[in-house]
Amino acid sequence: MSDLQSQDYVRRSASTMTPPMARSHEDQVAKLIDVSRCIGCKACQSACMEWNDLRQDIGHFEGSYENPMDLSPNVWTLMKFAEYENEQGNLEWLIRKDGCMHCEDPGCLKACPAPGAIVQYANGIVDFISDKCIGCGYCEKGCPFNIPRISKKDHKSYKCTLCSDRVAVGMEPACVKACPTGAIMFGSKADMKHQAAERIVDLKSRGFENAGLYDPQEVGGTHVMYVLHHADKPSLYSGLPDKPRISPMVGAWKGVIKPLALMGIALAALGGFFHWITAGPNEVTEADEEEGERVLREGAAHEPEKTS
Amino acid sequence: MTREKTVIVRYTTLNRVNHWITAICFVLLVLSGLSMFHPMLFFLSELFGGGQWARAAHPWIGIVLLISYLGLIVQFWRENLVHKDDVEWMKSIKYVVTNDDQRVPPVGRNNAGQKMVFWSMTLLIPVLFFSGLVIWEVYFGAATSIPVQRAAVLIHSLAAIAAILVWIVHVYAAIWIRNSVRSMTQGYVTPGWAWRHHRKWLQELASDQHDKSVFRKRP
Repeated sequence: MSDLQSQDYVRRSASTMTPPMARSHEDQVAKLIDVSRCIGCKACQSACMEWNDLRQDIGHFEGSYENPMDLSPNVWTLMKFAEYENEQGNLEWLIRKDGCMHCEDPGCLKACPAPGAIVQYANGIVDFISDKCIGCGYCEKGCPFNIPRISKKDHKSYKCTLCSDRVAVGMEPACVKACPTGAIMFGSKADMKHQAAERIVDLKSRGFENAGLYDPQEVGGTHVMYVLHHADKPSLYSGLPDKPRISPMVGAWKGVIKPLALMGIALAALGGFFHWITAGPNEVTEADEEEGERVLREGAAHEPEKTS
Repeated sequence: MTREKTVIVRYTTLNRVNHWITAICFVLLVLSGLSMFHPMLFFLSELFGGGQWARAAHPWIGIVLLISYLGLIVQFWRENLVHKDDVEWMKSIKYVVTNDDQRVPPVGRNNAGQKMVFWSMTLLIPVLFFSGLVIWEVYFGAATSIPVQRAAVLIHSLAAIAAILVWIVHVYAAIWIRNSVRSMTQGYVTPGWAWRHHRKWLQELASDQHDKSVFRKRP
């Protein structure tokens, strides 16, 4: 989104300095999606398009309620429909609103090579500052949830902003405002956890004994949380990761390898320089020239002498 | 002191043009690649017109480098085949680095260090090329899965670091062994240079009655 609040960053991509974070006395926010109350109406999808001025090209019917079929630079949130046959042999229609989870420890931000292209505000929202994006796609590799999408038109990466522009002026995200059943809620993270806890008690009393909150600690918790009837099996919900974490390959690449590589390169260059200072250049001497010319003369004069 | 004497052609015009196309590509790739590798080096992307341009140009330069390096492989593979002599040379490496040339066994056209540079790059450049294709978001972003791309980006970084280290050794050796750079810019070496650094090669050239094309007057 935009660069309106430049003094309340707690994290900034590709930055070795502390980001401007003076205005950090802010509540952590969270969006709570109660999957058990979702009716799959897609009002949130429409509201997201409306507020963010996004229009995906009209596609084709693919035999699924999902429409469009995937997130894209123009689709920042998407209802995903899963049909699950439970142990009693009954069908459960598990509908999940997919989109950026706004991780407390964002893999996209860790992987991003462009300074300030991905930031995290003090309230926890992870935002893409698009004019600084270079379109490399590293955020896709960093993300444990497969969310960011790179545009083929402008080579920028896009995803849900959690309506950071609306939140900045005290409004709730557009999807929250549009939800007709109150399945999407927004507030401080503490309040949302409290809200979820009440709902989970209710679900358990109705027989969903594995009901629970999805706030995965492997990424430090998320600022978009789900209430799931089957919190023991998140992957039932159209592949929501059971244990999302930043890939160890990304961790190594963006962790130890970066400083070690630069040190190695610097040491190699310094090694060369100090070799020059100590051992010095290897110069051809006048005696070498005489020997070399003698070999050429003799070689031309005599029969070839085999050198093994 | 300039000598009006015979010199030896070490690298032909084709060798040199091919080498320097590769070298220019390599330097551009190092600059644009490092800009995307470490935040403190992001400023290097300005040399290419900004981050978007560095990101966009990097893979195309890589394609030119691969094609160019294939040309170098065709021209140089035979003279870089490893022999028993190379083991002897490696054993005397401490005399090599201390400029104690008398104690280093005579060397043919290339020494073991030069061969290692050649074969390292021959291995690393295809690795960089194919891992680079996988992470070329614009054209191949959808061709492989994200886990494959994560592995590719890690392999690409490690191979690039290895190639940069080999390159530093290569460049420094060329500066350290005086007049080596001239052999790759103007193409020739003096008989004394050949005697000092590649004695067997000099003797082979001198004893070859038929091929005198490698000798010419010093310019």
